Amino acid sequence: MADTKVMLMQGNTAVVEGAIAAGVRFYGGYPITPSTEIAEGMAKRLPMVGGKFMQTEDEIAGLGTVIGASLGGLKAMTATSGPGFSLKQEMIGLACNAEVPCVIVDVQRVGPSTGQPTSPSQGDVMQTKWGTHGDHWVIVVSPSSVPECFTLTQRAVALAETYRVPVIMLMDEIVGHMRERIEIPVSYDDVPQVNRARPTCPPEEYLAYRAGESGVPEMADFGSGYRWHVSGLVHDDTGFPKSSGKATMEAENRLRGKIMNHRDEIIQVERHMLDDAEFAIIAFGGAARTAYDAVEMARARGLKVGLLRPITIWPFATHEVRELARSVKGILVHELNCGQYVISVKAAVGGACPVDLYAKYDNESATPEEMLAEIEKAMKGDGLI
Amino acid sequence: MRHTFRFSGTGGQGLITAGIILAEAALLDGNLAVQSQSYGPEARGGSSKAEVIISDEPIHFSRVTCPGTLLVMSQEAADKFAHDCTEESLVITDSLFVSEVNANGAKRIDLDITRTATRVCGKPLFANIVALGAVAGLTNCVSEKSLERAVLERVPKGTEDANRKALAAGFSLASEAQGKA
Repeated sequence: MADTKVMLMQGNTAVVEGAIAAGVRFYGGYPITPSTEIAEGMAKRLPMVGGKFMQTEDEIAGLGTVIGASLGGLKAMTATSGPGFSLKQEMIGLACNAEVPCVIVDVQRVGPSTGQPTSPSQGDVMQTKWGTHGDHWVIVVSPSSVPECFTLTQRAVALAETYRVPVIMLMDEIVGHMRERIEIPVSYDDVPQVNRARPTCPPEEYLAYRAGESGVPEMADFGSGYRWHVSGLVHDDTGFPKSSGKATMEAENRLRGKIMNHRDEIIQVERHMLDDAEFAIIAFGGAARTAYDAVEMARARGLKVGLLRPITIWPFATHEVRELARSVKGILVHELNCGQYVISVKAAVGGACPVDLYAKYDNESATPEEMLAEIEKAMKGDGLI
Repeated sequence: MRHTFRFSGTGGQGLITAGIILAEAALLDGNLAVQSQSYGPEARGGSSKAEVIISDEPIHFSRVTCPGTLLVMSQEAADKFAHDCTEESLVITDSLFVSEVNANGAKRIDLDITRTATRVCGKPLFANIVALGAVAGLTNCVSEKSLERAVLERVPKGTEDANRKALAAGFSLASEAQGKA
């Protein structure tokens, strides 16, 4: 076991440390509240490990430089908040279609436009899935604690490298700005590194988008002697544009298949006190922190309540939610928005049990007492108490 | 064991730093701690609050409701952040800035925090460290040794002596107040 150190650390800083540990060596971005500490931390840490930090002229260029660095062979990331995340959407589409691994952290703020920069919200749930145009598949993960910011950033990097896909780390102000105890390795030298598959064939035989069983093509570093064409246009194995219907279908099927055929490896949920539960809360990110306490309070009142905490937000945990709906008599979805994740929960549950929504959008997280009242209200409505 | 704190005042008084130091001291004692904060979009000024929860059990919900201890360093903060105090709360106010607090019958201790910082360290800048000493002295939430270590690890080089004095002055304010009570 490697030596570890115990510290009080902020969530945003734990993202920085997780990225450095995972081997991220390029950051391009533009500081924006409540994610600024990530840019600040990367600017400080990257030069210490031989990496590069670039503050770009705007949010779009932030992700543009990340895509460039990733094409050059580096693990690369950026971070932003709502207004910047909106601006990055076009580049996210390019990274999807050109299959460029990258990590984008979105520390959510309230509202559309500049909204409320310093208050917690989870209003970008659907934007992470459908923000860029056209059918596309990304992976979205959401941490609930400072230690999880560290481990999940490493996982986000690993997923991006494994599947050659943009991975979005969906955070909120609660987790981004809170400080708590974390135990991390003193040195990251022994942290396992997940790297994209690189071509083993000679350069003249290399077809940039020819994929084997996994659906993920091998990726050559730009400038390494392998010549290939990068385009946002629909392309065939060569990377050059192809306009036939067959080419579109083949490309889309592979982009979907490389994610959805590996859903069991990609999707993670935490099940808390669900073994004997009659009623379940579904909550993620900072909002889930309230749920742990509310479950304990409900249990103290003799109510058999548990929590399902999705760690992977997209692809949606369809099987896990469907299985939950078969084992409980009611579900309460709690999110810090007017109701986004709940849409997919209802679709997955398909009427197997009642699904209620506890939506909170007043710049504050729900207190455990408030959530307990909502649990009791929903359980009464479902005839469980 | 569970202690909850809300440090409130004006942006620039160092209350978020004070919250971080208190949480770090709790970790040095081997306990768990969570620190959170809230502030407006302004770069400086505006009311500011830092919250800390110290416990020997896992802490999930990170905000403080019904603070065990409320530190108030401005009148605006007194008006804004005392609403959820109870009779069990302890409200510590800085006599220089705070006149009235409506804290639902909480016990109030009025201390010369900023005046003491100016007197002992020559600058009101050290008021947050004086306040930390007073809070720790009145609540016994962290050990004096861990708090001093946490302060010294966090403050700029060259200011260690002044901070040590500020902390000691805060503990003295606490014991004087306890002597009176």
